[in-house]
Amino acid sequence: MNFITELAVYMAENSNELLALTIEHILMVACGIALSLVIGIPLGILAARFQKLAPVIISITNVIQLVPSLAMLAILMLYLGFGFKTIAIGLFLYSLLPIVKNTYVGIKEVDDGIKEAGIGIGMSPLQLLAKIQFPLSIPYLMAGLRLAAVIAVSVAAIGPYIGAGGLGKEIISGISLQDDIKIYAGAIPATLIAIIADLALGLVERKTKKRLA
Amino acid sequence: MIFFQGYMKYWREDYSSILAYMYEHMIISLTVIALSITFSIPLAVYLTKIKSDLIKTITFNIANIFQTIPTIALLALVIPLFGIGFVPAVVALFLYSLLPLLRNTYAGMNSIDPGIIEAAKGMGYGTIQRLFKIELPVALPYIMSGIRVTSVYIISWTTLAALIGAGGLGDLVLAGIGYNDSMMIFTGTFLAIIIAISLDLVINKIEKIFSYS
Repeated sequence: MNFITELAVYMAENSNELLALTIEHILMVACGIALSLVIGIPLGILAARFQKLAPVIISITNVIQLVPSLAMLAILMLYLGFGFKTIAIGLFLYSLLPIVKNTYVGIKEVDDGIKEAGIGIGMSPLQLLAKIQFPLSIPYLMAGLRLAAVIAVSVAAIGPYIGAGGLGKEIISGISLQDDIKIYAGAIPATLIAIIADLALGLVERKTKKRLA
Repeated sequence: MIFFQGYMKYWREDYSSILAYMYEHMIISLTVIALSITFSIPLAVYLTKIKSDLIKTITFNIANIFQTIPTIALLALVIPLFGIGFVPAVVALFLYSLLPLLRNTYAGMNSIDPGIIEAAKGMGYGTIQRLFKIELPVALPYIMSGIRVTSVYIISWTTLAALIGAGGLGDLVLAGIGYNDSMMIFTGTFLAIIIAISLDLVINKIEKIFSYS
């Protein structure tokens, strides 16, 4: 009980700093995810459009996922230096797989009958993609986005090792100082961000599914 | 070429410590994998046998929450409870590995054709006999793919165990970040990837030996 009050006092006293770290954390994740949406969706569409490219694109993103997160950030640090840019690119690489794969699967899963109907009313391939295949694949994309967000929040927490900010800063200084209160003050908000992102995007996913059903 | 020579020199000088890191890494990962298999698979089998949906939902939700918590936050959260070193790393990674194995085993047991179970009952198999002779062998492909996915992830996550003093290849990467030494970082990364890939291949072989054809 004593510990909880101590923790609450610490968090209240440092609320400004913790809030700043939380915002920074969310910003890093948002940048990484935005990048991987911008690049991942076209890659997924390419893979679905040209069957020969699909194994290449999917296995490259698979291999990226296999690299341990700390090592990936360390390697990026060697070439890009310390800071925000490096972590954003690391998060982008890490969240690429779920987005590319789900876009690909979503477009593949579109019913052939619907596609035929689109061709039948004289749609060009581009129209078919923009008006039929892509809208119908959105629930899959949302599932991918949800997974990507959870992974990105988790990887962003080790950002301080390569000189980025975020809640990891509090956790890591807590580990080095052997200060349990600091650890919890960083870990609880980080966990909450991950859980809230998971729940909120899960809600969006169900909504898009319902709209199409 | 000069880089290659430098790299060879690095290996010649440091191979004993590199191998020690690798050994630590494998001990941590294999302990976690063994623990996870002995705990999750019986639990998943038990979950398929009970009627109560409430217990199922609660178990899966708890496992899901562990999976959502950022890795470093979970590693840090166990420090106040278990201190630093090998034990807390194993506990945290074990909690992390629950969900994939639980979900795959559960899906595998549920995918069994009810006709097969009826046939076994008709032949007079008891519950235990049915479980070991029919249900588990039929669900084996699912279970094995769960073990494979989990193992590859655990190898990757174990790199982060170095952050709470458990050692492993993460130590090499962290030291590389500290000294800005690309050789250390790349060696740690590649060895982790090689361990993950070879474990994947070994499990694949085991699966082939035990699967019914």
